[in-house]
Amino acid sequence: MQLIACPHCGPRAQAEFEFDRSVESVLTVDATEAEAVARLYHRENPKGWSWELWRHSAGCGVFLKLHRHTVTHEIAEVSLLDAAQ
Amino acid sequence: MKRYSSLGLLTAGLTGHTSWPRAWRDPAPKARYDIVIIGGGGHGLATAYNLAKRHGLRNIAVLEKGWIGGGNTGRNTTIVRSNYRLPQMQDLMEFSLKLWETMTDELNYNVMFSQRGAIFLGHSDSDMTKLAERGDAMLARGLDAELLTREQIAKMIPVLDMSRDARFPIEGGLNQPRGGSARHDAVAWGYARAADALGVDIIQNCEVTGFSMRGGKVEGLETTRGPIGADKVGICVAGHSGQVAGLAGVKLPVESQLLQAFVTEPIKPMIDTVIMSQSVHCYISQSDKGEVVLGGDPDNYPTYSQRGVPMRLEQVAGEAIALIPALSKLRMLRSWAGTTDMSFDGAPILDELPIEGLYLSGGWCYGGFKATPGSGWLFADHLATGQAHPIARPFALDRFERGATVDETGAGPKARDR
Ligand SMILES: Cc1cc2nc3c(=O)[nH]c(=O)nc-3n(C[C@H](O)[C@H](O)[C@H](O)COP(=O)(O)OP(=O)(O)OC[C@H]3O[C@@H](n4cnc5c(N)ncnc54)[C@H](O)[C@@H]3O)c2cc1C
Ligand SMILES: [Zn+2]
Repeated sequence: MQLIACPHCGPRAQAEFEFDRSVESVLTVDATEAEAVARLYHRENPKGWSWELWRHSAGCGVFLKLHRHTVTHEIAEVSLLDAAQ
Repeated sequence: MKRYSSLGLLTAGLTGHTSWPRAWRDPAPKARYDIVIIGGGGHGLATAYNLAKRHGLRNIAVLEKGWIGGGNTGRNTTIVRSNYRLPQMQDLMEFSLKLWETMTDELNYNVMFSQRGAIFLGHSDSDMTKLAERGDAMLARGLDAELLTREQIAKMIPVLDMSRDARFPIEGGLNQPRGGSARHDAVAWGYARAADALGVDIIQNCEVTGFSMRGGKVEGLETTRGPIGADKVGICVAGHSGQVAGLAGVKLPVESQLLQAFVTEPIKPMIDTVIMSQSVHCYISQSDKGEVVLGGDPDNYPTYSQRGVPMRLEQVAGEAIALIPALSKLRMLRSWAGTTDMSFDGAPILDELPIEGLYLSGGWCYGGFKATPGSGWLFADHLATGQAHPIARPFALDRFERGATVDETGAGPKARDR
């Protein structure tokens, strides 16, 4: 099980978190149809380092941005989303 | 190919089973093939078999990075059924189920297909309404379905906790009597042996690492055993669909996640059907060796690690024990995980990719074992003729951008099925 360091709550077990989506698939509200198709359906699905959104759903509820490796499960970076994102 | 038979088994037994020939050759890769299949799981091997058997093609290879059947084919919980809700899925899985019924004879290999029934449990009035709706949809399409009362379930599966204060009270169920299970390794080995006998080269320890292309058309492959030319290439790599298509610059609507399976120590027969619960998310059967085989939800996050999270074991074991309290007496023997390519409507992708000569059979999520013979047939047709078989057409790659997804659960663009 992965240990994810929530900036608010400290290191917590993966069981408290939910994977939300990969960052590449986040849509802006004004995305065109072509952008939406590309972001939703043309996925990198990387075997290796990946940028992802996770949610501390059974903790403080915050959305987090993780830089995580999809083979080793190493987590290089956890950050809060700023308002612009 | 030496035919297998009961008499042959008996006579070989007299000499201590030393007389058996290799089941398939171990050829070195040729410089060029008409069609190369990437991935030596059930789907890749069934496709190669069909290309040779039904299309008479002889210059075919299957390239497998490890050993055949070492992927999800050899890791799955082997439930075979066609009890889907949407007609596109029903047609695909029923086409396949019919082929399961003749597979052992066709391949001259005992795949131990056992039609012991496949039962979805209902735990509430709303579950029963949904099961009745599904059963009606199946009957209307000519499939076999039986809605079962609580009393009928209690009689069929006496080990279930049928008490009124059970954690998951049981109100009834939906059975597909023709559903059941099969022996996973035998499916890989049976197709490999039959394909090899028709001249297909099965090349193991051969990983595809790149494509060579000319003018937007596939020309060949880079592999760990050198370059191999090919007019057409079929990708059948399950959890690695996105990665292998990525080598050709194609991005797919899939996300790779894990599905785990768990088996207990072997015991005497106690469950003679396949039990599933779609609201509890747990499925239970007993293998011919006596092990109780358990499965549950995927680990819902992207990973290629083939190592499952322990919390899923806890969840599945908890649910299984709540349904069948006697299971609490058993020790867990093994657990493992397979990497599945979860498509964004839960349905497979059977199509030519935007690169001429490059085809994909992928997006099988965690439900593709049951589709093995059907997918092999349909995918071979597409590769050989360039035309998708009518049953395969709804599973075109562009269905996502057309908004014509085959979304069995209506869950939208998420890597999730059910
Ligand atoms: C735990 C678990 C339980 C499941 N339970 C069921 C079930 O009960 N019923 C059901 O219908 N389905 C089930 N499934 C799904 C089912 O197992 C798969 O959909 C199906 O077996 C996929 O078959 P395949 O031949 O496509 O893939 P695989 O058997 O995985 O074969 C793909 C092969 O491609 C090879 N490969 C990958 N990359 C390369 C490369 N670059 N070069 C060469 N070779 C490569 C791999 O080594 C692998 O052997 C389950 C899956 C899992 C993991
Ligand atoms: Zn937190």
